[in-house]
Amino acid sequence: MPHASLALNTPTGDMVKTTTCYMCACRCGIRVHLKDGRVRYIDGNPKHPVNRGVICAKGSAGIKQHYSPARLSKPLLRIGERGAGEFREIEWDEALELAAKWLGDIRKRNPDELAFFTGRDQSEALTGWWAQQFGTINYAAHGGFCSVNMAAAGMYTFGGSFWEFGEPDWDLTKYLMLWGVAEDHDSNPIKLGLGKLKGRGAKIVAINPVRTGYGAIADEWVPINPGTDGLLAGAFIHELLRNDRVDLEYLVRYTNAHHLVIRDSGAADDGLIARDADGHPLCASRSAEGMEAKTILVRADSVESSPLVVGEYTLADGRKAVPSFQLIAERFLGDDYAPESVSKRCGVSVETIRRLARELAETAFDQAITLDQAWTDVHGREHATMIGRPVSMHAMRGISAHANGFHTCRTLHVLQMLLGAIDTPGSFRYQPPYPKPAPPPNRPGKSRKDDGTLDGGPLGYVQSPEDLLVDADGQPRRLDRAYSWQHPLAAHGLMHSVIRNAWAGDPYRIDTLFMFMANMGWNSSMNTGETRRMLCDRDEASGEYRIPHIIYSDAYLSETVAFADLVLPDTTYLERHDCISMLDRPISDADCAADAIRQPVIEPNRDVRPFQDVLIDLGTRIGLPGLLSADGSAKYPGGFAQYMVEHERAPGVGLLAGWRGADGTKSGFGEPNPDQIKRYVENGCVWEAKIPAAGRYYKMANRDYLSWAKSLGFVGSTDAIVMQLYCETLQRFRLAAQGHGTQQPPANERARVERYFDPIPFWYEDLASDSLLTSRGPHREGQSRGAKSSERAYPLSAITQRPMFMYHSWGSQNTWLRQITARNYLYLNPQTGAANGVADDDWIWLVSPLGRIRVQARFHAATAPGTVWTWNAIGKHKGAWKLDADAPENRDGFLLNHLINELLPSERNSQSYANADPVTGQAAWFDLRVRIECDPSPQKSGHRIEMHDKRSVQ
Amino acid sequence: MRPTFSIIFFTVASGAGYGVWFLIALASLLVWPEYAPANGITPSMWPRLMVFGLGAGFVLVSSGLVSSLGHLGKPKRAWRAFSQWRSSWLSREGVAAVLTYLPVLAIALAIVHDRWMLHETGNSGEFESLLWMSGPIPILASLLLLAGSLATIYCTANIYACLKPIRAWHNRYVVASYLMIGIYSGGLVAWTLTTFPQGQILDLRYLLFGIVVFAVAASLLKITYWRFVDQGTALNAGDATGLGSLGEVRSFEQPHTEENYLTHEMGFRLARKHSRKLRMICLISGFAIPTLMALLSLIVPNLGITAAWISLVSGMLGIFVERWLFFAEAKHAVMLYYR
Amino acid sequence: MTSLPPPAARKLGLVIDLDTCVGCHACAVACKEWNDGGSFGPLPDEDPYGAEPMGVWFNRVHSYEVRGIGNGESGMVKAGAKRDASCSSSIPRSPFPIPEPSAQPIPHSPFTIPGSTQSIHFPRSCLHCETPACVTVCPTGASYKRAEDGIVLVDEDKCIGCQLCAWACPYGAREFSAKHGVMQKCTLCVDRIYNETLEEIDRQPACVMACPTRARHFGDLGDADSDVSKLAADRGGYALMPEFGYKPVNRYLPPRPRRDAASASPQTKPTTEPIDTTQMSPLLRWVDRVLSR
Ligand SMILES: Nc1nc2c(c(=O)[nH]1)N[C@H]1C(S)=C(S)[C@@H](COP(=O)(O)OP(=O)(O)OC[C@H]3O[C@@H](n4cnc5c(=O)[nH]c(N)nc54)[C@H](O)[C@@H]3O)O[C@H]1N2
Ligand SMILES: Nc1nc2c(c(=O)[nH]1)N[C@H]1C(S)=C(S)[C@@H](COP(=O)(O)OP(=O)(O)OC[C@H]3O[C@@H](n4cnc5c(=O)[nH]c(N)nc54)[C@H](O)[C@@H]3O)O[C@H]1N2
Ligand code: SF4
Ligand code: SF4
Ligand code: SF4
Ligand code: SF4
Ligand code: SF4
Ligand SMILES: [Mo]
Repeated sequence: MPHASLALNTPTGDMVKTTTCYMCACRCGIRVHLKDGRVRYIDGNPKHPVNRGVICAKGSAGIKQHYSPARLSKPLLRIGERGAGEFREIEWDEALELAAKWLGDIRKRNPDELAFFTGRDQSEALTGWWAQQFGTINYAAHGGFCSVNMAAAGMYTFGGSFWEFGEPDWDLTKYLMLWGVAEDHDSNPIKLGLGKLKGRGAKIVAINPVRTGYGAIADEWVPINPGTDGLLAGAFIHELLRNDRVDLEYLVRYTNAHHLVIRDSGAADDGLIARDADGHPLCASRSAEGMEAKTILVRADSVESSPLVVGEYTLADGRKAVPSFQLIAERFLGDDYAPESVSKRCGVSVETIRRLARELAETAFDQAITLDQAWTDVHGREHATMIGRPVSMHAMRGISAHANGFHTCRTLHVLQMLLGAIDTPGSFRYQPPYPKPAPPPNRPGKSRKDDGTLDGGPLGYVQSPEDLLVDADGQPRRLDRAYSWQHPLAAHGLMHSVIRNAWAGDPYRIDTLFMFMANMGWNSSMNTGETRRMLCDRDEASGEYRIPHIIYSDAYLSETVAFADLVLPDTTYLERHDCISMLDRPISDADCAADAIRQPVIEPNRDVRPFQDVLIDLGTRIGLPGLLSADGSAKYPGGFAQYMVEHERAPGVGLLAGWRGADGTKSGFGEPNPDQIKRYVENGCVWEAKIPAAGRYYKMANRDYLSWAKSLGFVGSTDAIVMQLYCETLQRFRLAAQGHGTQQPPANERARVERYFDPIPFWYEDLASDSLLTSRGPHREGQSRGAKSSERAYPLSAITQRPMFMYHSWGSQNTWLRQITARNYLYLNPQTGAANGVADDDWIWLVSPLGRIRVQARFHAATAPGTVWTWNAIGKHKGAWKLDADAPENRDGFLLNHLINELLPSERNSQSYANADPVTGQAAWFDLRVRIECDPSPQKSGHRIEMHDKRSVQ
Repeated sequence: MRPTFSIIFFTVASGAGYGVWFLIALASLLVWPEYAPANGITPSMWPRLMVFGLGAGFVLVSSGLVSSLGHLGKPKRAWRAFSQWRSSWLSREGVAAVLTYLPVLAIALAIVHDRWMLHETGNSGEFESLLWMSGPIPILASLLLLAGSLATIYCTANIYACLKPIRAWHNRYVVASYLMIGIYSGGLVAWTLTTFPQGQILDLRYLLFGIVVFAVAASLLKITYWRFVDQGTALNAGDATGLGSLGEVRSFEQPHTEENYLTHEMGFRLARKHSRKLRMICLISGFAIPTLMALLSLIVPNLGITAAWISLVSGMLGIFVERWLFFAEAKHAVMLYYR
Repeated sequence: MTSLPPPAARKLGLVIDLDTCVGCHACAVACKEWNDGGSFGPLPDEDPYGAEPMGVWFNRVHSYEVRGIGNGESGMVKAGAKRDASCSSSIPRSPFPIPEPSAQPIPHSPFTIPGSTQSIHFPRSCLHCETPACVTVCPTGASYKRAEDGIVLVDEDKCIGCQLCAWACPYGAREFSAKHGVMQKCTLCVDRIYNETLEEIDRQPACVMACPTRARHFGDLGDADSDVSKLAADRGGYALMPEFGYKPVNRYLPPRPRRDAASASPQTKPTTEPIDTTQMSPLLRWVDRVLSR
């Protein structure tokens, strides 16, 4: 009997539309198949540069996200107490009027009383500009609690970055070293790349306390103790230098290795680069005049010179100077970075360190590759071939989420530079619009113009103390203390400090906290319970909420919604226009520049509006200059879709680089094109510009590349981008701390700034256990004291990892994804378990200085003893996400954040610093130290939270 | 494997049912015809036991089969299950079950016919016209009933015995114990039936003796079977994944943190101490007590009724436990992936 | 007809590369998504947002840890050992006291990772066996193996939901939901691979198309010259639990040998003399190194 119902030729749906996935920040191209007006199937777009047709678990589960019962459906006005989640549904007009009233008043009074923080970015091109129009300096996206350490260290060092701004040369690399990466933003490209490496038999090394995911398929797993990568990388450098296995030619051509550093301690320019009259860096060069060779000082960028990298030289004014390479060499050849010294702290054997260093050198130098690809460098010299150092590195939050992450990341970049392995065939490569000058020239806006707008984008790169946002007394001007002496290079702001500071009124009180797409009431806050309390805390005196107004835009019923006074419901990613802009976080890869859009593929069936439309509407209502046309009428009545096409940042420059110009023939520059969106849609919602073959490598000094990049507006000039082996910018801040210059840190900040603004990367113990007793008391004593306590009390490092199939907190509302993981366990090495009297599957207490949480333990042999970990953001709060109260996520799952202090331990709050990197303000999630306590009834299931501060809201 | 009532009841009840039918058929073949007249049993009171037996068997078998439908996801389509007798033991079981109803029907008709004849002839001693006494039909029917009952139990047993992934089922003990216990439980039922008015048969000793023999044999069989089960499987996660050569393979994360069909259906776990307890219960209540009763009533004649009923109740209870364990203690190979 | 068809020439199936699989579950969810809305769907989800979410999936991804030899893990020194105190000369002194780094995870217990540990991810779906009992035990003929390509399917209109086939499958490839009352399983995307409404390149199983590391391959394992057959041959592709005699068609490619400490190449070419930093300044070595820009 035949299989009657077997239908082999059923069409997938009745319509296919392309758009860009947003189940995570990777932004793959997808095809959405519709059937009878419903989403039937979502698969990867084979023609898309990011994912080439593949799609991850989250992407496929997009259907269930789009139809999630937790979607918001109408604007909400709080009627109950904050946090109680009691709302009244209101009409959009009422909602917008109210918001416009609050914000309008603020803008008239003092724009800085608005703190506008958009967590998950991707729309910074609009939100940042909007903040600038509004005139508040209190704007940032999520980078501060994400991975600003990687961004900053990269931008200040080589004008690029790990993160998704660069990538290993997947096609040519022979050796990939993964430092603390579990998933990363480039989810699918990395997986596609690893697949390629596997096919080619390239070696993959995973440096990570835990071996899962990518590490699982690595050839070698190096279980390292959290927070010690700076030491390990330093030891690699030590070995390379000791064995003279460094690419000096590369260094003098592309970095400032040969630039002379002034040595004149006490002088205002001590440690700065020696320059000639017109400010060109100098280097010492060997010149053979007649018979005997003599040394002369020449412009470091001159091509005739044959630069020297060591030795002490006398400047015109008679002062001494040394090449920066020598300073680097001196630091890393020191005993502190000898394998013997770091081995035990890192937990990596001396032999392993030596061997890995050797393998790096062998691959870079003995297995160098040569591409028969002619190219022209910035000096106009033709090169017949491209030499490649096929060693690549990728690093992410395992490095950045520590308070020493900035310097550790810089150490990695130094290691790459010494190997000559940045943007050469087979090594780590820039993705356009990078490289940019290191650091990029755009400084954060500081002051308001007459029309109330900020004189620059709120975020940028400070070049010197003068660029900081501090008041006359050197105190922070920004609510989150970004660009202050506490966190001078906070290029992405400190979103994780906003709620505490706003609550404490330190540095000042604000009126309205306006948040978008950030679950600050849960997984993106440290000390979550306390943060939740601050959100609904009232002022004793006035009885008013300490944070008077909270406006929040979310698409789903997240934990944070309950704390908003006004909720602006967003659409799902399938119901709106979005723009993945070159001005924001584009989706380029190393061979092509690319940007993309999202188009609505289905009509909302709820009374929701795309946040970016709402933002434009709101801005228009309060009359923000950029949103009104000359006659005062709304400039973008068509909302974001219109803005995307018509708005120009600079003449000819808009959010989208593709199909510009009236006829759509221009790229990068060109007047707005009314058909632009149509053209994007025709092309799968993505635009690509391939880099000319001659420009694919050595981009920092490749004329073919730079002139191409200039034509698209990625760089302002075709001058070489010099990589900063030695970071002069940092020295400028150190000098200020030493009492030089017009802008100096207040006394209590000097020691800290002086220490951490070292122009040469170094390693230091994570700050959390580095109990910050201010300079009072002799070091030794404090030292041993701090030591003993922290050792005995909290011997374990606690970290989290991203599950590949969940995106932070969003995943649990998705019935398919939660069927994979609806609860999380605390994973620990069986020996760690044994030593603590813990059996597999026992319920135990995890204790930090803040309190303790009850979690279920699971043994995992591929976890370094001394480290415990769990999947991030699986635990949920009852009432959120439309999950039943007894859902495993609420009942048994847990959030590690409750145990992470948002402040550094400090004696009688003399000076409270954020638990963050002292240079960039990056949240130090992974500095958490804990201990395990057994539970009398380990079989009894159930998660519990017991904080020392009983007031904290759980 | 998760024990489900519908299936346990099905195998126990139908087993007992076919057991009774088997015994009735056997009795009618061996015992009855020859020396019935000799013992001056008048036609008017003959085959009562036969009637009770057929009835009881019918109730047990049918209720069993009906209950087995309860386990199906789509009971209405049950008829489809007859089609695959070429390859499927379940299908064969269905076919056998249906066929076995035919001889029962035949005998029933014969009895009705005879009753009617006797009524006509006013119970005169002329047995010629009676189907029962005269020749082939009843003999043939009884033969078929005998075969059908055995065949059906055999098929039922093989539904489980043929499943390779379940070691506790895929072994030679299973068919044997299903047959043995089926007939044994049939015996217990038959014994009880003899206590019905006019249900007595001439020589109960054979039945009681048989019960004792089967009880002892079945107990021994179960004990050896349990030994075999306790040995467990040699396979581990290494074999299941084929990664054993790399080292000791242990499940770090399952594909789902909560239960799914497989873990729910095939991941059923029974604590050792519980299984020990239940096995004892099974042996004592299922076999020891009936044996005791049987022996007693061999010695003390008028213990009849009570002994029979006690044996039936305790026996069936024990057998129910036996069957529950048969499922609960069975481990499915797929669970190797979860270890 | 659940008697097995005569052995066919074509044996469509999957080849899954355990050397490349990162355990991302993309294949599992793509499968769920395709089939939920496809000709064999829906794939029921029970208690979707409640305490016991449970649904039918055709593909599940396991994660294992393998403790043994040569698993590519650098012998970790005793994590318990303490860093020697003497570490702070060219690392600038902290104005803030640095406590002795608490290196030991657990005091007084020297740790080493026993042997070395590997993590391996393992997707599990129907292997479309050549002689599977899941077909022969079926009383209704609902469970059958296609003669033309060997795909094992369930005809949901014939299935009575007796679950025997699931019991008969050692690989857990069949899932039943009371909600549906019929057995469901991997169809090898039979409604994709022959689907003329799809573009040629899309006529592949959803899980294969989705796999971000391209660890899944689809093809005819009956044809020795097919890419999948060659791949399986080259990489020593193996069948799961052959002892059951079901003759699985799908093949798993074992992890390649890891290149770690054990297999590391000995120092190939002698580097320039490593200088003894205590004797002379290593910097001198570079003093008269002539470089060109
Ligand atoms: N312990 C620990 N904590 C961590 C981390 C960690 O590794 N460990 N990681 C940190 C890092 S790197 C980050 S980036 C943060 C992430 O933390 P968040 O960005 O706060 O977390 P998400 O879950 O991404 O939540 C963003 C919010 O966006 C909402 N949302 C989703 N889609 C839409 C939409 O289309 N429109 C709108 N308006 N809203 C939407 C979601 O419902 C959710 O409430 O977590 C940080 N917290
Ligand atoms: N599926 C999925 N993808 C995501 C996200 C998600 O939530 N889900 N989030 C996105 C976001 S916002 C971000 S920021 C990226 C982050 O992407 P990742 O950087 O991969 O973030 P994590 O998962 O936190 O991974 C941190 C890794 O570093 C390791 N680690 C921790 N401490 C140390 C250390 O001191 N040294 C070393 N060497 N390793 C260490 C951890 O074990 C873990 O493997 O992922 C993005 N992509
Ligand atoms: S990685 Fe997955 S979730 Fe993220 S964009 Fe790509 S498909 Fe979507
Ligand atoms: S894997 Fe299981 S279901 Fe698939 S054919 Fe083999 S036995 Fe049947
Ligand atoms: S469940 Fe359906 S397919 Fe499986 S054996 Fe029973 S009838 Fe056949
Ligand atoms: S082949 Fe199709 S049905 Fe089978 S596992 Fe892959 S996606 Fe699922
Ligand atoms: S999609 Fe590929 S990599 Fe991910 S789990 Fe499945 S097979 Fe492994
Ligand atoms: Mo992040």
